[in-house]
Amino acid sequence: MAQFKLPANSTIDKAAGKVHKAPAGAKNVQTFKIYRYEPDTGANPRMDTYEVDMDNCGPMVLDALIKIKNEMDATLTFRRSCREGICGSCAMNIDGTNTLACIKPCDEISGDAKVYPLPHMPVIKDLVPDLTHFYAQLASIEPWLKTDSAAPTRERLQSEEDRAKLDGLYECILCACCSTSCPSYWWNSDRYLGPAILMQAYRWLVDSRDEATGERLDALEDPFKLYRCHTIMNCAKTCPKSLNPAKAIAEVKKMMVERKV
Amino acid sequence: MSTKTPADPRPLSPFMLGQYYRFQWTSLLSFAHRITGIGLTIGAFLVVGWLIALAGGPQAYGMISTHVGAWYGQVLLFCWTWALMYHLGNGIRHLFWDVGMGFDLKAAERSGYAVVVASLVLTAAAWAVAYIG
Repeated sequence: MAQFKLPANSTIDKAAGKVHKAPAGAKNVQTFKIYRYEPDTGANPRMDTYEVDMDNCGPMVLDALIKIKNEMDATLTFRRSCREGICGSCAMNIDGTNTLACIKPCDEISGDAKVYPLPHMPVIKDLVPDLTHFYAQLASIEPWLKTDSAAPTRERLQSEEDRAKLDGLYECILCACCSTSCPSYWWNSDRYLGPAILMQAYRWLVDSRDEATGERLDALEDPFKLYRCHTIMNCAKTCPKSLNPAKAIAEVKKMMVERKV
Repeated sequence: MSTKTPADPRPLSPFMLGQYYRFQWTSLLSFAHRITGIGLTIGAFLVVGWLIALAGGPQAYGMISTHVGAWYGQVLLFCWTWALMYHLGNGIRHLFWDVGMGFDLKAAERSGYAVVVASLVLTAAAWAVAYIG
């Protein structure tokens, strides 16, 4: 059911936010307002304010987060790893859209930089969402090559044209920016697979080496798993890798129709 | 395996459109499609009411005509005309998507502009015909 309000334990306690001032003499200050939730206290989430001296900080939002953690407040918790947009760990809601903190320049944000965890997800701590359900949904589409034919003596070959069909699909890093930007996923994620997972489903459906196409389509033939996509296009708009899950979902819907005619 | 159950369930991260997640041009149009669809459903019931009044004789029809002709009736009719034109245009946009066309982000944004412009032109044309023609 569509949900338009945060539950009582999830509303942001505006009065509880702490302010961390910039060091004296800092000339180029950018203010970050960051979502904080401490599971140990059980208190409602709050927004802490950090004034960051940008003259002594790297260009990206992740640089600022690391600087805050190192120099201002060691309790700030977030995921990060590669710092170059290939691991997908630092996916979060920055300045009102989902993206990777490591490839989002601070100077693209006008005014205070508001940083929240990925939308409509259970929060473990601060900017760390619980992705268990998302990963379970990925496992449900069986994202591996399935074959019935006898194993060849060398690699399963693919023509250049067939290989090209995987372009724009295999590059997905499963950061979950798209799925958590999708209103349909917010409201039906218990049953709707969401853009990231459906694009992976299509990646295996369209793979010329895979022999389980019919079985895979059967598994998606469901009012919710696939058909809750209403082409809102938030997924394609927000993808930090500039991929287009909406188009992949449309291709799956087409495959559903084409096998019937 | 942990036997401990958390005292409080985890909070849900903020998500609401506008407040926490910016409206995008395409998401705005998608919501407009849903809202005009609901509006048109309500409008369809009122059209039935109007037809019943029409069949019910001069007195019933006269009463409903007063409301249709009043300023609020005209404003609502204008809104419904636009809702119909927008929903129609965007429905055609959805048909193109259904065959896999127009998914490029730029194309989807442009087709959205086209639908909005077309809906305004068609609404103006319908009212021009009603008042002048």
